[in-house]
Amino acid sequence: MNEKIIIVGGGLAGLAAAMKASETGARVQIFSIVPVKRSHSVCAQGGINGAVNTKGEGDSPWEHFDDSIYGGDFLANQPPVKAMCDAAPGIIYMMDRMGVPFNRTPEGLLDFRRFGGTKHHRTAFAGATTGQQLLYALDEQVRRYEAEGRVEKFEHWEFLSAIIDDEGVCRGITAQDLRTGEIQSFAADAVIMATGGPGIIFGKSTNSVINTGTAASALYQQGAYYANGEFIQVHPTAIPGDDKLRLMSESARGEGGRVWTYDKDGKPWYFLEEMYPAYGNLVPRDIATRAIFKVCVDDKLGVGGENVVFLDLSHKDPHELDVKLGGIIEIYEKFMGEDPRKVPMKIFPAVHYSMGGLWVDYNQMTNIPGLFAAGECEYQYHGANRLGANSLLSAIYGGLVTGPKALEYVRGLKKSSDDINSTVFEAAQKEQADKYDAMFKMNGTENPYQIHKELGEWMTDNVTVVRYNDKLQKTDEKIQELMARYQNLNMVDTLRNNNQAAPFTRQLWNMLELARVITLGALNRNESRGAHYKPEFPDRDDENFLKTTKAKWSPNGPVLEYEDVDTSLIKPRPRRYDVAKEGGGSK
Amino acid sequence: MSEQKTIRLVVTRQDGPNENPYREEFVVPYRKNMNVISAFMEIQRNPVNAEGKKTTPINWESNCLEEVCGACSMIINGRPRQSCTALIDNLEQPIRIEPMNTFPVLRDLIIDRGRMFDALKKVKAWIPIDGSHDLGPGPRQSEEEQQWRYELSKCMTCGVCMEACPNVSGKSSFVGPFAVGQVALMNSHPTGSMRAQERMEALISDGGLQECGNSQNCVRACPKGIPLTKAIATMNRAATKHMFKKWLDF
Repeated sequence: MNEKIIIVGGGLAGLAAAMKASETGARVQIFSIVPVKRSHSVCAQGGINGAVNTKGEGDSPWEHFDDSIYGGDFLANQPPVKAMCDAAPGIIYMMDRMGVPFNRTPEGLLDFRRFGGTKHHRTAFAGATTGQQLLYALDEQVRRYEAEGRVEKFEHWEFLSAIIDDEGVCRGITAQDLRTGEIQSFAADAVIMATGGPGIIFGKSTNSVINTGTAASALYQQGAYYANGEFIQVHPTAIPGDDKLRLMSESARGEGGRVWTYDKDGKPWYFLEEMYPAYGNLVPRDIATRAIFKVCVDDKLGVGGENVVFLDLSHKDPHELDVKLGGIIEIYEKFMGEDPRKVPMKIFPAVHYSMGGLWVDYNQMTNIPGLFAAGECEYQYHGANRLGANSLLSAIYGGLVTGPKALEYVRGLKKSSDDINSTVFEAAQKEQADKYDAMFKMNGTENPYQIHKELGEWMTDNVTVVRYNDKLQKTDEKIQELMARYQNLNMVDTLRNNNQAAPFTRQLWNMLELARVITLGALNRNESRGAHYKPEFPDRDDENFLKTTKAKWSPNGPVLEYEDVDTSLIKPRPRRYDVAKEGGGSK
Repeated sequence: MSEQKTIRLVVTRQDGPNENPYREEFVVPYRKNMNVISAFMEIQRNPVNAEGKKTTPINWESNCLEEVCGACSMIINGRPRQSCTALIDNLEQPIRIEPMNTFPVLRDLIIDRGRMFDALKKVKAWIPIDGSHDLGPGPRQSEEEQQWRYELSKCMTCGVCMEACPNVSGKSSFVGPFAVGQVALMNSHPTGSMRAQERMEALISDGGLQECGNSQNCVRACPKGIPLTKAIATMNRAATKHMFKKWLDF
């Protein structure tokens, strides 16, 4: 047993894959831009879903599955989503055994709270920093394996490309040590991408600054399909900031938080409760976001005439808030200087999550043999809109299944990466090193950070909550203009040691490529479904668009193909949240 | 209109691990809600210093920008802290920014905190589960136990307690306050406690608990308000018991 697996990314998906692959006997190398313990998974707040059904509500994995498919507006292939929901209670128990300090009931059992798009208490949580706590537990398990010599970590290393042999099979990666600038190639029998989402393409979002989507974009440019790129989740409740938009978890509403503003007569208006009596403040994110957007932008009823509404917890018991929502209360206090236990928070929607990502099959493998993907960087589990607290689940579940699936693939291989001619690895390394060297010769007049700022503003203005075809078209033209200006960049830092500007410049190109995939995917999808909303095409159109978008790279921009969705388990039905959801399908 | 409001920053920079540090001053246009990081981002878009000379953008580590990842620690106006929560409106100017040089400085504000992750290995900061296969729920725990563990579990390995501690330095081998907190965390878990003695052995070996001089700087500096001195006191009592038991078993 000498199978070698490379995992790129050390968030929940990457660490879960590393743990499983290592337990199954593989030699594992993890590559991560940051120490894995600082991965973006730490930012997840509210919790993780699993139908453990401890509240006597008759919840079940099937009900979780139906909520997820319905919440995703039927765009997800159903069998993998069902498998994830079936596995969810076991995953929560496993994380509990690893020592995650989940909140408890008086009887000492795991506590569960409500989240959007469901009527059940299904979300396990550790205060309001659940992602951080889950990540730390996996980090600890992987550190244990690292101490035993079963896992090797390359932290402060950036993935550059997959190494693909003459037969089109992935045989390793090239990566760069961000400390020294050195570029190397690494052989592997399988590579698992777990590199997270691309929120930074939108400039300011709830994402960490490392979430540029650069790795997924590099692979797209190497021939991997990128699926459903146009489905970008805009979270309804974030605090506007100068450097980022900080998330205020959906769990605030799960614990009784109410969204409101003043109506035309100056009276408090709980508009979500009025518009959606069945789910109230706990409608799914796309629905809540559009409502807040309409109230502020169309009706001009934002608080104080600005683009903000209230998220109000001030009627709740302050001690309970500390125990269940401490993390976000602290964030609001530190960044806004006000106490949400006493005054309502001011919030506005912000780009949050990509439902789309690298296309994978039911074994989590991309269209490039030997190259797998798990977590937010792939597209499989959330359809057109992700339900809150399903991302921590899909990240961990994706990692847990991908580790063993990758190993299974390796064990079926006729030749290992050791049998591949060394020239393949040398050529890949040289190609990347040459590209990097060329960047240091850029002596034009443009600044990469300025181009990124413009990209973010265009994407946020035109490719988020409300989308119009003429504006999408103009945005694509703008991205191409930015790509032209990219050629006239100036390398603002020419030292090789710990240079941050050069890697950012490389990532910027990848962001531009992926921005076109997102924009053109949206332009071509003439319907409204989940997070994708076009006033010119307000209805879901199953006949033409119950399909996965698959973007393939070409020198002239993305080429779009469409693939049927597997709806074999639950028949698509209209999605609405003003009335209670009907039961879905047979069990 | 009066002239535009600006922010003054004096940043201690360093081109490489073996280079000499130097100070560079910057003037950045003020906007509402700015923090130290958004001032740095402004310099990235326009890398010019206060003298009007072109320079390289500042190199620093940051990631989440909401104080949960631990990346962006630095010394701001003399105090080690996270730079994301360092709001410009609350800082005296010129804002003096330096790397946390208890750790090796690699470039500008980038430091090498590898010793912290090594310390976590040394004290075996994990719950030794049998494996990740399905074995049902974990042990029941009271709300009280959970809340104590949750406080300790917020540690983001940011290194601020290390910088603040007078007994941690490039020359000393002290694992640092955060590592003691992590042992308290693991030893207070029903499964983790089964290997409490192993962690205790690591914690009383070279560079362990005995290096703590009780200055209590750590608990004042910790950005997450982790009860580090309480954890140290708890571990000190446990260490005494451990030593006594070892002596009896001898």
